[in-house]
Amino acid sequence: MSSIPHGNVPAYLNPDSIRRGLSRRKTLDQVFVLVGLILMLACLGILAVLFLDLVIDGSQRFGWDFFTNFPSRRAERAGILGAWVGTSLIMLVTAFCAVPVGVAAAIYLEEYAPKNWFTAIIEINVTNLAGVPSIVYGLLALGLFVYQFGLGQSIAAAGLTLALLILPIVIVATRESIRAVPKSIREAAYGLGATRWEVTKDHVLPYSTGGILTGMILGLSRAIGETAPIITIGALSFIAFLPSSPFTSEFPFISFQWLNDPFTAMPIQMFNWVSRPDQAFQANAAAAGAILLAMTLLMNAVAIWIRYRFRKKINW
Amino acid sequence: MAATKSEELISRSGLRYRKVRDRIIETLLLASALVAVFTTLAIVAILLIESAAFFEHVSLKEFLTDTMWTPLFADAHYGILPLVAGTLTTTMVALCVAVPVGTAIAIYLSEFASHRLRETVKPILELLGAVPTVVYGYFALMAVTPLLQKIFPELPGFNMLSAGLVIGLMIVPYVASVSEDAMRAVPRYMREGSYAMGATRLQTALRVVVPGAFSGLAAAFILGISRAVGETMVVAIAAGMQPNFTFDPTEQAATITAYIVQVSLGDLPHGSIGYQSIFAAGLVLMLITLFFNVIGFSLTRRFREAY
Amino acid sequence: MDPLPLPQKDQLVTAMETTAKPGTAKSGGGAPIQETALRNEEPARSSQSSVGPATPRVAIAVDDTRQARAITSVKAQVENLNFYYGQNRALKNLSIPIADKQVTALIGPSGCGKSTFLRCFNRMHDLQPDTRYEGSITLHPDNLNLVGSGIDPIEVRMRIGMVFQKPNPFPKTIFENVAYGLRLRGVRSRATLAEEVEKALRGAALWDEVKDRLQDSALALSGGQMQRLCIARALATKPEILLFDEPTSALDPIATAKIEELISTLRDQVTVLIVTHNMQQAARVSDYTAFMYLGELIEFDEAAKIFTNPSKKATEDYITGRYG
Repeated sequence: MSSIPHGNVPAYLNPDSIRRGLSRRKTLDQVFVLVGLILMLACLGILAVLFLDLVIDGSQRFGWDFFTNFPSRRAERAGILGAWVGTSLIMLVTAFCAVPVGVAAAIYLEEYAPKNWFTAIIEINVTNLAGVPSIVYGLLALGLFVYQFGLGQSIAAAGLTLALLILPIVIVATRESIRAVPKSIREAAYGLGATRWEVTKDHVLPYSTGGILTGMILGLSRAIGETAPIITIGALSFIAFLPSSPFTSEFPFISFQWLNDPFTAMPIQMFNWVSRPDQAFQANAAAAGAILLAMTLLMNAVAIWIRYRFRKKINW
Repeated sequence: MAATKSEELISRSGLRYRKVRDRIIETLLLASALVAVFTTLAIVAILLIESAAFFEHVSLKEFLTDTMWTPLFADAHYGILPLVAGTLTTTMVALCVAVPVGTAIAIYLSEFASHRLRETVKPILELLGAVPTVVYGYFALMAVTPLLQKIFPELPGFNMLSAGLVIGLMIVPYVASVSEDAMRAVPRYMREGSYAMGATRLQTALRVVVPGAFSGLAAAFILGISRAVGETMVVAIAAGMQPNFTFDPTEQAATITAYIVQVSLGDLPHGSIGYQSIFAAGLVLMLITLFFNVIGFSLTRRFREAY
Repeated sequence: MDPLPLPQKDQLVTAMETTAKPGTAKSGGGAPIQETALRNEEPARSSQSSVGPATPRVAIAVDDTRQARAITSVKAQVENLNFYYGQNRALKNLSIPIADKQVTALIGPSGCGKSTFLRCFNRMHDLQPDTRYEGSITLHPDNLNLVGSGIDPIEVRMRIGMVFQKPNPFPKTIFENVAYGLRLRGVRSRATLAEEVEKALRGAALWDEVKDRLQDSALALSGGQMQRLCIARALATKPEILLFDEPTSALDPIATAKIEELISTLRDQVTVLIVTHNMQQAARVSDYTAFMYLGELIEFDEAAKIFTNPSKKATEDYITGRYG
C-alpha cells in the first residue's frame, strides 16, 4: 500500500511534510532539553559561585583567631567567638523545644486525630504557619516573649522564636514519614491487641525515624541561618563576653543561667559586618558567611543522606 | 509456667494501666498539636493589639493614602504606600526570574529527566532554598550589584533590581518543586493519549501536562509571591532602607520587611509610636502573605483532588 | 469455671441443616430461617444458670479451661449481626455458629462481605470512624459479646488473633516479631519469651527454618515464611480464635500448600476462621463452610455437604464457577 496517491490527500498529511514537521518538532524537543539542563546547571553553578565568592573574599580571615576572638572595632582582629557559641546555644533550645512538640503534633494529626472540623482547623493552622514570613515570628517574639513573658533579649527568647518558626517544618516532615509506614503494619500490631500508643511507639515511630531525623535537621538548618526574627528580638551584634557556662563547679553542676543571657548569633554577626561601610569588614562578613553556608549545606547533606539510607533500609 | 495460659496473658489491670497511659499520652499529643493554633492566635493578637495602639495616633486614611513613611523623623508621616511599593517591586522582579526558570526546570524534571537524574537533582536544587538569606543578601550586594553596574553604569549601590533577582533565584527551587508535584499529579493516561497521536515530549508537556496542572502551577507562583513578599534580609542588605515611593527597580527603596529590620536595629523604647509602627507594618505584611497563601493553598488542594 | 452447656455434635449439624432451606437467596429472606437455627443454638449461649428443656445437654463442672474448650462444641455464636459503614449496611442479619477447634471457611464473591465479617471478630473495624455493629458475636465459654458496645476492642484483639492477606511482619528481628504480642502482655522474662517464641515458631512449622537466625530481620524471609511468621506471631499469644483473611492470596502454590497444611494442624489448638476466594482451598482445609453473598449468609453447612451437595442454587452456581 505504498502507493497512496499524493495528489488526493491534504498537504498536511503528505508524508514528506509530516516528516519535515516531525524533524522540526524533534529539534524543538532537543532545544528544550538543552534549555532545561542549562537552567539547572546555572542554578547549581550559582550555588557554587556563591560559595566560592564567600571563600575567596573571606580567605584572609580564616584562621584559629577568627573562631576564638570576640568582635572588634578593628576588622582584622574581629572574630566570631560570641556568634558561634550563641548560635550553638540557641540551636540547643530550639531543638529541645521544636522536636518533641513537632513530632508529638505530627503523631496526633496522623494517628489520633478524628476527621472533624477541629482537626481541620489544626491542619490549616500548620499549613498557614509554614507560610508566615519569618520576620512576623520576630514580631510575635518581641511582643510575647521579650515583653509579655519578660524573657528579655535572651537566648531563651531567641531559641523559642526559632522553635516556633521551624515547628511546621518538623510537623510536615514527621507526618510524611509516618504516613509512609504501611497500614498493614499497624493492623498487624492492632491485631495482636496493641493500644494506639503501643502501635505508635513500637512500630510507627521506629520505622519513621529516618524521616523524622531528616525533618529535624532540615528545620535546624533553616533556623541556623534565620536572621530577621532574631534581629527583631533585638540581638546585640557587639558582644564581647560569653553567656554563662552551663556547667558549674558547685552542686548541681548544671546551670541554666545562660538561658537569660544576652547573645549574638552567626547570621547577626554577618549582617552587622555586611552593613558596615568599611570595606575591611566585608572580608569578615564573607568569612562568617562561608562558615554559615558550610554549616547549612553540611546539615542538608546529612539530612539527604539519612533520608537515602533509611529509604534503602526499609523496603516495604 | 504462669504466663503460658492465654487467660492469664490478658491481665485486666495491665490493660487498664495501658489504657490510662494511652489517654494521658493522647492528651499530651493533642496539647502539642494545639501549639500551632496558639501560635497563630498569638501572632494575630500581638499584631492587632500593637497596631490598635498605633492607629490611636494615626488615622487609617493617612496610613493608606499618605505617600510618605517617616515615623522616626520629627516631621512624621505614616503612609504605608512607599513600603508596599518597594515590596511589590522587588516581588515583581523576583517573579520575573522565578516563574520562567522554575517552570522550565519543573517541566524538564517532570517530563524529560530520567528517574535517576530527578532524584539526584532535586535535593541539590533544594540546597539553593536552604542557603541562609543573609548570605544571599551579601551575594546581592557584593556580587550581583557590581555585575549589574557593569551593564547599567548609573545603577546605585543599593537597588531593588539586584535584590529582586536574588530573591527570584532563592524561590526557584520552591516554585519548581510545587510545579513539578502538580505536573506529576497529571495522570499517565492523559500523556499516553497525547503520545499516541504522535506528539513529542515538549508538545505533550506544553499542551497536555501544563494545562492539566494549571491550578498547581498557579499555586506555585502564588506561594512564590508570598515568599518573595516576606523575604527580609536580602532587601534589607541590598535594596536599601530609605522608603521611596517608586516602582522603578533600578532605584533604592525600603520594603515593609526592611523597615521592620531597620527599626529593630535601633533602640526604640517599648510602647513608643516607632515601636508600634513595626507591628502595623507587620500586620500589613501578614495580611498580604495570608491573602496569597490562602489562594495558593486552596489551589494546591484543588490539584490534589482533581486527579 | 461455670458448668458448660454442651450440645452434641450431631445436634449442631441438625440445627444447621434447618438453615438450608431453599428460596432465601434474595432480599433479607434468609434471616428468619437462620433465626430458627439460632433458637436451637440459643441455650448454648445463655445457659450459665438455667437449662432449657428443649435441648438435651450434658453439664460438667470443669476448672481446667483447656479441657472445657476441647469438649465445647460452639466457640462463638454469631447472632443477627449487622454491620454498618456509615449508612451503608455491609452485613445483614448474619447468624452462624463457629465450631470449637474446627476450621470454618467463609466463601463468596468479591465484595460479599466475608472479610468485613471476619474483621468483626477482632473489632478491626473500630480503627475506622463511623462504623457500627448490631447484634452479637458471643464468645464461649465466658459469654462475652465481642461486638458489644461496652467491650474493649483491645481486650477482644488480645484474645482473638488475626493473619492478614499480605504477610505483614514488622521490620524487626524474627524473634521480636513473635515476642511482640507477649511483650504487650507484660511478659518480661527472657526465658519465658524464648520458650514461647520457640513454641509458636514450631507451631507455625517455621522453627527448623529460622532457628539459627532468630536475630535476622523478618523482611529477609520469603513470602511464605513471612506469612508463617505472622501465624507464629499470632499463635504466641494463644488466641482463642485465629482469623485468616485470604492468607495465601499473595503466595505461590508451594507456599500456599504449606500454609494450608499448617492450618489443618492448627485445628487441634485453636478455632480457625478463614476467608478465602479459592474454593478448592476452602474444600481442603475447612470443616464447616459458609457461603455469603451481598452481605448475607446464603448457606452454612459442613464443608463436605456444601461442596458436594449444596442446598441452594446460588451456592451451587458459585462453587461450580457460574459467577463471582
